[in-house]
Amino acid sequence: MKKLIVSPAPHLHGEKTTRNLMRDVIIALSPSLLVSVYYFGFSAVKLALVGAVTAVLVEFVIQRYIIKGKITINDYSAALTGLLLALNLPPNSPWWIVFIGSVVAIGIAKMTFGGIGQNLFNPALVGRVFLLVSFPAIMTDWTIPASWFREGIDANTGATALSIVKEGLAKGIPMDQIFSENNFSYTQMLFSKIGGSVGEVSAFALILGFVYLLIRKVIKPHIPVAIIATVMVFSGIFWLIDPGHYTDPLFNVLTGGILIGSVFMATDYVTSPMSTRGMVFYGVGIGIITMLIRNFGAYPEGISFAILIMNACVPLINTYFKPKRFGREVNNG
Amino acid sequence: MSRTFSIGGIHPSDNKISVNAAIENFPLMEMAYISLSQHLGAPAEPVVAKGDKVKTGQLIAKANGFISANVHSSVSGTVASIEPLPDLAGNPVQHIVIKVEGDDWLENINRSSEIEREIKMSGPEILAKIAECGVVGLGGAAFPTHIKLSPPPGKKAEYLIINGAECEPYLTSDYRLMLEQPEEILIGAKIMMKALNVNKCFLGIEDNKPKAIKKMKGLCSKSYPQIKVVSLLKKYPQGGEKQLIDAIVKRQVPSMGLPIDTGVVVQNVGTALAVYEAVQKNKPLFEGIVTVTGKCMTEQRNFRMRVGTTFESMIFAVGGFPKDAEKLISGGPMMGKAVSRIDASSVKSTSALLLLTEKETKRGEEGNCIRCAKCVEACPMGLEPFLLNRLSRAGKTEELEANFVQDCIECGSCIYTCPANIPLLDTIRLSKAQVLKMLRTRPKK
Repeated sequence: MKKLIVSPAPHLHGEKTTRNLMRDVIIALSPSLLVSVYYFGFSAVKLALVGAVTAVLVEFVIQRYIIKGKITINDYSAALTGLLLALNLPPNSPWWIVFIGSVVAIGIAKMTFGGIGQNLFNPALVGRVFLLVSFPAIMTDWTIPASWFREGIDANTGATALSIVKEGLAKGIPMDQIFSENNFSYTQMLFSKIGGSVGEVSAFALILGFVYLLIRKVIKPHIPVAIIATVMVFSGIFWLIDPGHYTDPLFNVLTGGILIGSVFMATDYVTSPMSTRGMVFYGVGIGIITMLIRNFGAYPEGISFAILIMNACVPLINTYFKPKRFGREVNNG
Repeated sequence: MSRTFSIGGIHPSDNKISVNAAIENFPLMEMAYISLSQHLGAPAEPVVAKGDKVKTGQLIAKANGFISANVHSSVSGTVASIEPLPDLAGNPVQHIVIKVEGDDWLENINRSSEIEREIKMSGPEILAKIAECGVVGLGGAAFPTHIKLSPPPGKKAEYLIINGAECEPYLTSDYRLMLEQPEEILIGAKIMMKALNVNKCFLGIEDNKPKAIKKMKGLCSKSYPQIKVVSLLKKYPQGGEKQLIDAIVKRQVPSMGLPIDTGVVVQNVGTALAVYEAVQKNKPLFEGIVTVTGKCMTEQRNFRMRVGTTFESMIFAVGGFPKDAEKLISGGPMMGKAVSRIDASSVKSTSALLLLTEKETKRGEEGNCIRCAKCVEACPMGLEPFLLNRLSRAGKTEELEANFVQDCIECGSCIYTCPANIPLLDTIRLSKAQVLKMLRTRPKK
């Protein structure tokens, strides 16, 4: 008699795997990557490649020679971490910056906790914040995007929009003047030409990635929407009270890594909550902490720190925010 | 607009490739192997002995205890033996083996296909007849129908829901039944309404069966105004009892409670037909519709099949064992049971034999949980399968209870959706047994 396979139900499996989920996130990042290649040319490619390759190599070496365990580099998760880190650096960072960041991200933030699924903090963000506090000069030296076809790579360097505003206000320059002197416009912010990291040149490209992730059901909208809404409400209140000292909500959302942070960093599976109620709480928390840092702290951007702080709260959030249970919260009749 | 349940659910592709296979009679077998454990509850007690002549439809084993059901011969012939034989999982179960000689039905069974519309029996008579004819729920659990139609003291049924969702991929037996014997199903529903003393009934059908919805709607608006056809979203597990009640009457069965706690009784369309045949035609439940299907097979068929047919003979009736078929499933791919013995035979509630290739059914290598929360999103009971799995592996029975592991309906949505191929439901099932054991030893308050 023919040998049959016998196992418990269900007998079918869906098509999603860890590998193709990670691949989808990389695909969602590609519009932003392409835009940055358009503006920064080879330096964007270099950073992305060094970031991804280093991350994969570090994971391989640790799993092969130190842990001597299963090698999981095929799941694209390490490559994604390296790529995300690269996209969150200033465009003209030297290659060794992203190399060090990747080693910290994978070696310390991911592997010491036990590899994929085990880490408490978002590895790419740990890498980025490590670089930010270790190499503050390099990490805040931003190239203003200008098509390298026309103007060459070393076009302009400067600060991000948020730090320009922060410094300007500190010097007592009125808000209108800061905006007009620096030619800030929302069209620019939406499509290009705003000082910032490699991956956030174009808000439109990031939104495209967000839509792709939603369509492919890789992420739920709750976290990004909660963060963006909170930032808008929070900054809106301050702006209405004193428009001379506080930037408007749209400006706050389109600058300083809110989009790339909320869509690609805060939604990291491993370090975000499991229930939708928890996701909303987590997103609101990130939004509030970001705005507290922006309005009252020393750093102009703040979302990296906000996400890491909320990462630390995730185990507690998972304990207190449970999914809606069937048959336990209803009143029949 | 199609209605649906409120929490979780998944969308496996429905693969209803046997959808156009009209019901045909399965050829009579040479030997019938009739199990005495075809229902939830105690095995039936044989009332025939080796060497006895039996007729088709004759009582051969009677219900033994409160939750049990009569078993009738599906064939005519001579009792060859009464012995333990392996069921589909290979466990020994008492069977009555009958050597088939002709097809001689009991005279009091009405074999005409003419539809009997008038319900002459009273409520209690209906219940007695259903019990006598050994009718059990054909949606899967095979719970004796007369018990489900008798709400416990203090509980009152308000609605009857007929389950025509057929949310399991591949299965089309209920669909074919709704197309080919729609009025019999509706009369069966009316009979159950009378037994339950309710005057409102819903028939829920998933919207991937538009022909069945149209046909039933037409019939109901013309002749069965108390029965309302409800179109349901194609989503698994839409046909789960609790999900169906939630979708149709917007009430949730309380945790650890029964459907009757919401004033609803749910019966499958196949059961409705069995009730019709029992009450109006005096025909016991000894045959049913079985889909024989699989992408690896050249033919897709729906059979009216006598109870006690071996899986082997079903496969040979459709052209033999396909080379690449590696897994046989009795029932649907989400909740059906893997067949380990093809010499095992069908029971009253057998709804399908599905053949899958290794590629279609293989479980991938298990990886680390990436905490993507897809299992939480998919769970129709609002549980956290990832957490239950972790607690289960750590042996934390009390915490499992506190996280409502007993609410799991074992629909398999969590495993289906897990990108890391973690056998979530396997460990959850083990935990449910552990928690049940703990609950049983706990002193009652």
